[in-house]
Amino acid sequence: MVSYQKFELENGLRVLVHEDNNTAMACVNILYDVGARDESPDQTGFAHLFEHLMFGGSVHIPDYDTPLQRVGGENNAFTSNDITNYYITLPSSNLETALWLESDRMLSLSFSEQSLETQRSVVSEEFKQRYLNQPYGDVWLKLRPLAYQVHPYRWATIGKELKHIEDAKMEDVKAFFKKHYTPQNAIMVIAGDVQFEEIKKLVSKWFADIPAGNKYHRNIPQEPKQLSERRETVVADVPLDALFMSFHAPARMDENYHAMDLVSDLLSRGSSSRLYRRLVKEQELFSEINAYVMGSIDPNLFLIEGKPSNGITLEEAEAAIWKELDILKSIEVPAEELEKVKNKIESTHVFAELSILDKAMNLAYYELLGDANELNHETAKYLAVQPEAIQQQAREIFRKENATILYYKAKEAANAE
Amino acid sequence: MLNRAIAPPTNPIGDIHLKKPQVLKFKNGLPVYVFHSPDQELVRIEWIFNNVFNEHENPLLNSALSALLKEGTINYNSAEIADKVDFYGAFLMPEYGFDITSLTLYTLNKHSAVLLPLIKEILTVSTLPQKELDTYLRNNKQKLQVSLQKNDFLARRTYYNHVFGTENRYGKTPTLVDYDLISRDALIDLYHQQFTPSNCRLIVSGNVSEALLEELSQQFGEDWTSMKTTSLVAPTLKADTGHLIYEEKADALQSAIRIGMPSINRNHVDYPALQFVNTLLGGFFGSRLMRNIREEKGYTYSIGSAVGTLMYGGFMTIATEVGVDVTDATLIEIEKEIEILRTEHAPLEELELVKNYLSGSMLGSLESIFSHADKFKNVLLSNMELSYYDHYMKEINAMTPEKVKEIAERYFDYNKMIKIVIGKMKTMELVSKL
Repeated sequence: MVSYQKFELENGLRVLVHEDNNTAMACVNILYDVGARDESPDQTGFAHLFEHLMFGGSVHIPDYDTPLQRVGGENNAFTSNDITNYYITLPSSNLETALWLESDRMLSLSFSEQSLETQRSVVSEEFKQRYLNQPYGDVWLKLRPLAYQVHPYRWATIGKELKHIEDAKMEDVKAFFKKHYTPQNAIMVIAGDVQFEEIKKLVSKWFADIPAGNKYHRNIPQEPKQLSERRETVVADVPLDALFMSFHAPARMDENYHAMDLVSDLLSRGSSSRLYRRLVKEQELFSEINAYVMGSIDPNLFLIEGKPSNGITLEEAEAAIWKELDILKSIEVPAEELEKVKNKIESTHVFAELSILDKAMNLAYYELLGDANELNHETAKYLAVQPEAIQQQAREIFRKENATILYYKAKEAANAE
Repeated sequence: MLNRAIAPPTNPIGDIHLKKPQVLKFKNGLPVYVFHSPDQELVRIEWIFNNVFNEHENPLLNSALSALLKEGTINYNSAEIADKVDFYGAFLMPEYGFDITSLTLYTLNKHSAVLLPLIKEILTVSTLPQKELDTYLRNNKQKLQVSLQKNDFLARRTYYNHVFGTENRYGKTPTLVDYDLISRDALIDLYHQQFTPSNCRLIVSGNVSEALLEELSQQFGEDWTSMKTTSLVAPTLKADTGHLIYEEKADALQSAIRIGMPSINRNHVDYPALQFVNTLLGGFFGSRLMRNIREEKGYTYSIGSAVGTLMYGGFMTIATEVGVDVTDATLIEIEKEIEILRTEHAPLEELELVKNYLSGSMLGSLESIFSHADKFKNVLLSNMELSYYDHYMKEINAMTPEKVKEIAERYFDYNKMIKIVIGKMKTMELVSKL
């Protein structure tokens, strides 16, 4: 149970406070309701590039990192297709330093040309390191536009191509800030060794005078229902063939989300899971296999990916997966097996309460979804899932016409040792 | 009116208060360290074993043993073990490291004792089935094939080969052929030598009830005996110095760089000071390497340096992946930064920053009872006491510009470091220069 208190400033900034006096630390987590899905198709990767620029100095504070390190703090951030999330942990006695830094960059950045130039190259190197200079690294750049044809999830957070990042201009940076980095578009969670009344005072002091800005109304084209199977084969300089299967699946707030998520657990969570047990261990068809859900806010992708064993073709590998999916569709999951994946959900939820930062991030995310307190009801929703719902989700999702299949083939036909 | 240009007042960073374990000894001599926190819903139990090596040290044998630990006992097969552990929402993780192999169980309190008989079987009557070994070897050979295409992986391997030599537990890295040479007999032999109570230490943290301790004592403290005592033998390490090792990858977009040399371990009196200087050079976001090579020049997404402590020695390493067109320039900048560290006095303000950063990290690393247990484990494995951390904090806070320079001269010598580049270099000038 993660308890919290909440208040809202006149400019629309929502603030949640979670007191945990088992630690001498505090954390400040600010979630901005903007991600790669809010980008225009000809300027992709911008939300993430912008995240880097948030560390390039703000209107009154030329250097963001140093003052924080000087008081014993650390910070980082991440961008996804849905959100951009910034976080600081520091000794609680120096919490005000974090509020000073965060409020100044919410007020305005310094928009330094030098910072833009450097971060364009840093992000280009990140693009190369993660997506281009790795075996199979570009798979998302290929799979996303195949699975999504309309929705902006069709590009990866890093962007469609290096050129979009290299071309980013200062005027675009300023416009992006004005549009998305407003108090009413942000959720701040402060957690740890703190007191609510004190936080209220400090937050008002530093954030109350930030102008509310204009409300951003998201208007994203939604993906039409997929009507026929999609397939593509790529050949690349990799040592082994790999198989990627994706299926459209319920959105984060859909009532079927939890059942669908449990389907992925049944298939691939832990070494007792079906795909691992049957296809890796018993039938020895794969050397590795994994199934998971993207967990995105708009309608999701359900992914199955694996590398077939030596001598097994991609066609044989795919057929073996379909066979398992068909079993899930036609035979109700045994009660004990369902209980097993639910028990794992329960213990994982307890693990997530070990760290104040995890708690703060989760509160911010659930608040964005509609209500932070839903975090505390999440386990119960999983526990309530019935076997019929699992079967119904499997039938709904694992249909040929809902599938996008990518064969990622090794250049040399033979799997040479 | 709020003056945003002025930072709010700051406070000194508080001292750390480390929890001490309750120390027990079971009847068979097994030492047990208990960190009890009654509010915790979880419990973590770690069985820690020193790695045993025979004359021809082959760490692949040890890592294969660790991976096969959960794959069968006389009463349960691999699938049954996996089912049992997963059913209780537990996590059971064998882990191989340079010096130790551990088996860690995480579970909710309410299920804490139920898996102990299974773990007893795993540690005493594992069967290491040939079929499971075959699967392990087949799958790991495939994984290795993929890893061998990653420049970063190649650079790291090459680094260990050269900084320790290839004929010992720290420096030997597996090739595809090595997997075929692993025999079940050798694994069984190692299993019996390694997993004995006289070679084990038990750390129990979280909500540790009396009943759990009683069950642990029954399972692991009475009839579990050692046939023979295991003696530890130090490895023979053989470091290369100074070379540039360059492997060209024609299609590379980035080069992976690894630079480093052997160093000291935690038992050495200079270790806290070494950690301090490493942090200043490349150990955090505000470090010199990060500021120069990422934040000023934009050559990389990330660069860092690290020091590692081992049972027999230690190492320092600088690692990054940079654009192929700036590979040469990066090497020059790294050399420059090390030279500055050795010849110029660091500004007091920078020392203050690193001191505070490290104090904050130390405070922040103590979040739950498990982190207290981790702190203790670190010193236990170095055969040291918890008072080490008082010494550590004292040394960190006493650092002066003179001391930084002195430590840099002693432990950071670019000429002695091996330099590994996997990717593309522009000119061969640097190669011949080195």
